[in-house]
Amino acid sequence: MSNELIDFVIVSIALLGIGIYGLSVKRNAIRMLFAVEIIINAANLNLVAFARFIPNSAGQTLALFSIAIAAAEVAAGLSLIIVAYRMYQNIDIADFRSLKG
Amino acid sequence: MVDAAFLALSVITIGSAIAALELRSLIYGSMALMGTLGGIAGFFLLLDSPFIAMFQIAVYVGSIAVLILFTVMLVKRELIFKKIEDPRRKFAGIGLMLILMVGLGSIIIDSGLRTIQTNEPAVDFRDIGEDFLTYYWPALILMALILAGAVTGALVLARREDVEDEQRVN
Repeated sequence: MSNELIDFVIVSIALLGIGIYGLSVKRNAIRMLFAVEIIINAANLNLVAFARFIPNSAGQTLALFSIAIAAAEVAAGLSLIIVAYRMYQNIDIADFRSLKG
Repeated sequence: MVDAAFLALSVITIGSAIAALELRSLIYGSMALMGTLGGIAGFFLLLDSPFIAMFQIAVYVGSIAVLILFTVMLVKRELIFKKIEDPRRKFAGIGLMLILMVGLGSIIIDSGLRTIQTNEPAVDFRDIGEDFLTYYWPALILMALILAGAVTGALVLARREDVEDEQRVN
């Protein structure tokens, strides 16, 4: 195998940086969800890369758990965005000021 | 040294991650996000874990990206094409990203990770199944409950009461 562990870790650091940039700059709720997805995928890549090089099956098991939990998180997050959009007619998070229903 | 497949995958993954955040249209953005998720699945294939790659394609590219696409379609047309961001924060965000990348990257490169090599065979997916059913079984049941709760909660949250009342009157 010609690829080394450090290459995968560097790609994952780049994805983490892009995700944090998106979370800090964007105010669009859906785009912030994109950034969270990118960060979660960077973490999964790290888990699987370390599991391959140690080698140990626990990393892949944890990556599968992480993928399933991320699916639940996206379902809940998107429905929250839909509720907020119905309430404010906007997806700009600066408009979501009040928590009152 | 890295091989050509790794280089191509990293260009696709990082490029479409930037495109997902920066493209003006949210629809093209979510398609670029699909590219990022597919690129990560390719990395999993390079790491000899086809089982995880299959799950990544089925769960992320297959369901999450389609779910996001449908949510984008529910939003007003002007909002899809409008760029909503803080212009003052843009340079600060780019600076934060570069500081993070350079800082973490230099720490990782200086650490001992560079010397790690492996010649051992990859983990078999039978071991993963065994892990799930022996050591991790409480976590597996908890994950099933969390998934059921999240889907039920999403349905309850996104339900429209007004439509149901009108239908009941008719």
